[in-house]
Amino acid sequence: MYFLRRTLFAIPLLLVISALAFALVHAAPGGPFDRERKPASPEIEHNLKAKYHLDEPVWKQYGRYLGGLLHGDFGPSLKYRNHSVGDIIAQGLPVSLTLGGLAFCFATGLGIPLGFFTAARRGGWTDYTGSFLAVLAVCIPSFVLAPVLILVFAIKLELFPVALWETPWHMILPPIALGSFFVGQVARILREGMLTATQAEFVTAARAKGLGETTLLFKHVFRIAVLPVVSYSGPMLADLLTGSFIIENIFQIPGIGVFLVNSSLNRDYTVVVGLSLLYAVLLIALNLVVDFTYTWLDPRVKYE
Amino acid sequence: MSDQPSTTTPGPANGNGAAAAGLPHHASPARRAWRRFRRNRPAILSAWYLAGLLAIVLAWPLLLQVSGPAFAGLHDPDRLSDAQFAAPGARHWFGTDVHGRDVFSRTLYGAQISLLVGVVGAAVSLLIGVLWGAIAGYVGGRVDAVLMRVVDVLYSLPSIIFIIVLITTVGETLKQSHYVQHSPEVEGALRVSLLFIGLGAISWLTMARIVRGQVLSLRTRAFVEASRALGAGTARILFRHIIPNIFGVAITYVALTMPAIILYESFLSYLGLGVQPPMASWGTLIAEGVSQINPIRIYWWLIVFPGGILVSTLLALNFLGDGLRDAWDIKSK
Repeated sequence: MYFLRRTLFAIPLLLVISALAFALVHAAPGGPFDRERKPASPEIEHNLKAKYHLDEPVWKQYGRYLGGLLHGDFGPSLKYRNHSVGDIIAQGLPVSLTLGGLAFCFATGLGIPLGFFTAARRGGWTDYTGSFLAVLAVCIPSFVLAPVLILVFAIKLELFPVALWETPWHMILPPIALGSFFVGQVARILREGMLTATQAEFVTAARAKGLGETTLLFKHVFRIAVLPVVSYSGPMLADLLTGSFIIENIFQIPGIGVFLVNSSLNRDYTVVVGLSLLYAVLLIALNLVVDFTYTWLDPRVKYE
Repeated sequence: MSDQPSTTTPGPANGNGAAAAGLPHHASPARRAWRRFRRNRPAILSAWYLAGLLAIVLAWPLLLQVSGPAFAGLHDPDRLSDAQFAAPGARHWFGTDVHGRDVFSRTLYGAQISLLVGVVGAAVSLLIGVLWGAIAGYVGGRVDAVLMRVVDVLYSLPSIIFIIVLITTVGETLKQSHYVQHSPEVEGALRVSLLFIGLGAISWLTMARIVRGQVLSLRTRAFVEASRALGAGTARILFRHIIPNIFGVAITYVALTMPAIILYESFLSYLGLGVQPPMASWGTLIAEGVSQINPIRIYWWLIVFPGGILVSTLLALNFLGDGLRDAWDIKSK
């Protein structure tokens, strides 16, 4: 019931987002055809505008756009003439999803053990080194890490290709550069969760009954402590997917992030609105999935 | 995160902390926090590092003015020279870039913009966040529900997308308006203010939530109740009891918001949406370094020095923020 309501609530939310994005891009001066070869005759410009209905009032264009959306049509790109927005998404989204998914695996695969061991060895040098590494990972922006990785591993040591997205060898440096921030975040969240969980009464009870430290940590503490990580993974995945354009830019990866920045500079109205909507849908859906997983993992939690 | 089951946060100043630390009972919350903070070595080190960096950043332009023309000419951040891509050495401590400009000077001038954006952006987010959260928490009822619903909705928007679209559109409007057309300085200043407002405007959500939680729990605390029973009015309770208790939380989250905003700014500047040349920030410097990556010669200093200063600043701010949080004894969840 709760999840049904949340899903229904997403519809007006997406309407608001699309209207906002639509209004914002149309409010900006200049149009998508400004950077065409000049001087184009006024007739040509007029015809172009008429073809894409840009001569109509904005609310009418918006209505037309929504009508298209109902049929699953995101409209034509105004800049990449022979592509529709649907084509751009179909081409770029799988690449961005792969990149984000790999970065997610890297972040959790390294972050969870790091957080676990720093918490398990609390106060020792493992904890200090590990915790420092976690903070450091949070403080190195992807656009600093990526060029350093390229300089060291691709150019100096020639272990990996410098750019592009073709073989599995191309898919190692970009996810590391993208995911390292989240390694730190996951480790810090898990460590904090573990430290809180060790103070819980059921842990003291289990220990009093003579349960071994290792079993206690793995079977009881970890299961509670991982919950905040789960709830963080929704925003994290969304960030990995929406924040990948810098990495895509540096490594020349043909994902959708590149289009977002270029098209908002080019006033490619349909692409900007389409991609904003896509990101919003992803974010909302991921948050829903996370909340759903949460109730499944932790039966104590009830949403109403 | 929008519908997390949340527990109310206990207030920062509880008596048992003081008793455990063996401190006199009359010490104010701020005093006790300060004593705890002083024992936190990473946080103190970070504070010194930031103070030192700030001092150098502020003193460097003065030093260039005072010193002789030879020194000033060598280190002028905007002066082009023939010494392109000089490696770091005695003449240019951080090397030079593609136009032969001194990277050390450019990093320090870039720091002015980056730090300023961080401070002002955090202040904007503090202002909006505290007002929003305090009103929601103190007034309660329907106002609270509406205000927090707005925060939930904003949380579910992809903020980086929003700010990219906002900055490209408003920035373009600025460029077209005729105030700006004749003076690049005005345009630069306006763009930077746009950054301040935009970045502050997307960073206040967490602050609002936390302040609201604090106010909610403070309202029902015994000392507030006692004060009300003794006849104190709303204003006195707010300013004497609630605001001082929020102070610790607010200052902590300012310290934790600043690195996020600095990061956002360098992100945007990296994409060419932030500060425009000839102005520089850490983000634009790193972007210049990245654009010079080639397989033949490695100009590592163009990335390592600005990047290193950026990373160490973020690191120091994080340690400082964590130290403040521990000192004020704020539970993060």
